[in-house]
Amino acid sequence: MNTKYRIFKDKFLKMLVTFLSLVAILPLILILFQVVKNGISVVNFKFFTQLPPPPGEGYGGIANSLLGTALLIGLAVLLSVPIGVFAGVYLAENKSRFAEFLRIIVNVLQGLPSIVIGIIAYIWVVRPMGGFSALSGGVALAIMMLPIIVKNTEETLKLIPFSLKEASYSLGVNYTRTILKVVVPTGAGGIISGVIIGISRIAGETAPLLFTAFGNPYISVNPAKPIDALPLLIFNYAMSPYENWHKVAWGASFVLIMFVFTLNLMVKVAGEKWKVKF
Amino acid sequence: MKADKFFKFFLFLCGLLIIILAGGIFVSLISGSFYAVKSFGLGFVLGKIWDPVSEKFGLLPFLTGTFLTSILAMLISIPFSISIALLLGVYYKDGFFNKILSYTSDLLAGVPSVIYGFWALYFLVPIVRKLEMKFNILPYGVGIFTSSIVLSVMIIPFTSSIAKEVISMVPANLIEGAYSLGATTYDVVKKIIIPYSRSGILAGILLSFGRAFGETMAVTMVIGNSNSMPENLFSLGNTMASLIANEFTEATKDIHLSSLIYVAVWLFLLSFVINYIGNWIIKKLSVDVSK
Repeated sequence: MNTKYRIFKDKFLKMLVTFLSLVAILPLILILFQVVKNGISVVNFKFFTQLPPPPGEGYGGIANSLLGTALLIGLAVLLSVPIGVFAGVYLAENKSRFAEFLRIIVNVLQGLPSIVIGIIAYIWVVRPMGGFSALSGGVALAIMMLPIIVKNTEETLKLIPFSLKEASYSLGVNYTRTILKVVVPTGAGGIISGVIIGISRIAGETAPLLFTAFGNPYISVNPAKPIDALPLLIFNYAMSPYENWHKVAWGASFVLIMFVFTLNLMVKVAGEKWKVKF
Repeated sequence: MKADKFFKFFLFLCGLLIIILAGGIFVSLISGSFYAVKSFGLGFVLGKIWDPVSEKFGLLPFLTGTFLTSILAMLISIPFSISIALLLGVYYKDGFFNKILSYTSDLLAGVPSVIYGFWALYFLVPIVRKLEMKFNILPYGVGIFTSSIVLSVMIIPFTSSIAKEVISMVPANLIEGAYSLGATTYDVVKKIIIPYSRSGILAGILLSFGRAFGETMAVTMVIGNSNSMPENLFSLGNTMASLIANEFTEATKDIHLSSLIYVAVWLFLLSFVINYIGNWIIKKLSVDVSK
């Protein structure tokens, strides 16, 4: 066959693939560029300590939503990590039919669209409490985070060799202590990076907060009252007609992106170090 | 050994709690949508009108909007995500270029969807508006087409990372054998890599499609939020998710709220089916390879 033609085809494919890949990452460069360019001009020390500005004048700060996001993440971690980790331990330890069923259910939960989770939290928490609240937002985010933690814990603990457990048993240590003092600590790095992955996933979630946490222009730490969050603030201010609010939204985007990127980087760097290796 | 029994029961209880949670979600969705199911039945799916004032509710405009945006997004993203996967899995298996590209791709996957929406609102919408003026279409800027582009950007890293995993599962001896027979990389890609990883790549595309299907924020910000039937790709529209995001807090009538939950039930069911098929293909594939 015609060698020149074959070589041409080969080179052409490589060029095409490289070109398309570069086009595909162009949006990221554009997004980063826009967020940094528009965001950095409003981000200073005051931006972290002040309340949002009134429409039309000044840039103010995002203290309320920073605090709100921290509180919501805290609530979500508190609600989902204990159950998630122990359910993950159960899955790693059992091969029963029930475990198989649980695994399927966890997958279903992970595939739940985030807006549907918002509705659930609305029905379960907002309605009985009679109003939007930080607690309901925390519940919504916890439901999102739970399957991530279960799966990550299970996968981490499955890598731990059985010989480690045998060694523990042969010393006369019972099952409970073997799990709590040998298995879980050995996999602690992996479990913690699972929690960080979960946090980075929920930190930017807006949809489940729309009708749960709702947003609040003032500082609040009361779990029974509405609370603001970074992604909610970005959404509300981005859709507003005021120029200065857009600026605040860019600044908040900058802070949020940096936060999520730092978490991802932590998982990448520390995750390698913490990985269970034998 | 009493402590052990108690601990084992405790672990079981944590698992059971998750199943109860899932069951509770199911029950709440069913009971929440019961009023709408009773009033409209299955005819809801084909209803073309959504009008809270006259209490007429139909799913079809949003079903169309959801499928249009996510299918279009999937089609746009396919060549790009396969290119990235080939570049990372075949041409640059390691080294500087690989690191850069896979890091950016990972970062792209971590950007919150509300920021994609914000960016699209101020960058993409003006561009689409200019484009529409050139083609003499009503220059909204926002609409189904714009949403599809944002969605495609969002799912590219996801598809490409699955496709790359699948490509790296192609046995090295097959590839080396082909090279030793004088094949070019083009031949290797066409005759070995693509046929071998076809179904895995397909599953990756399907799972990304499922993501685009349930995505809310980015779409809500740029789709134009119109409740009428979309006429063409540049029309304003609404997806199931963006409809819920827009109207849920404003729904004061019971039937309106119940209809929105009914929409959520459909959204949940459809994305469940899509995810299930995708995961099933991947699971089957990994069993095949380990044989």
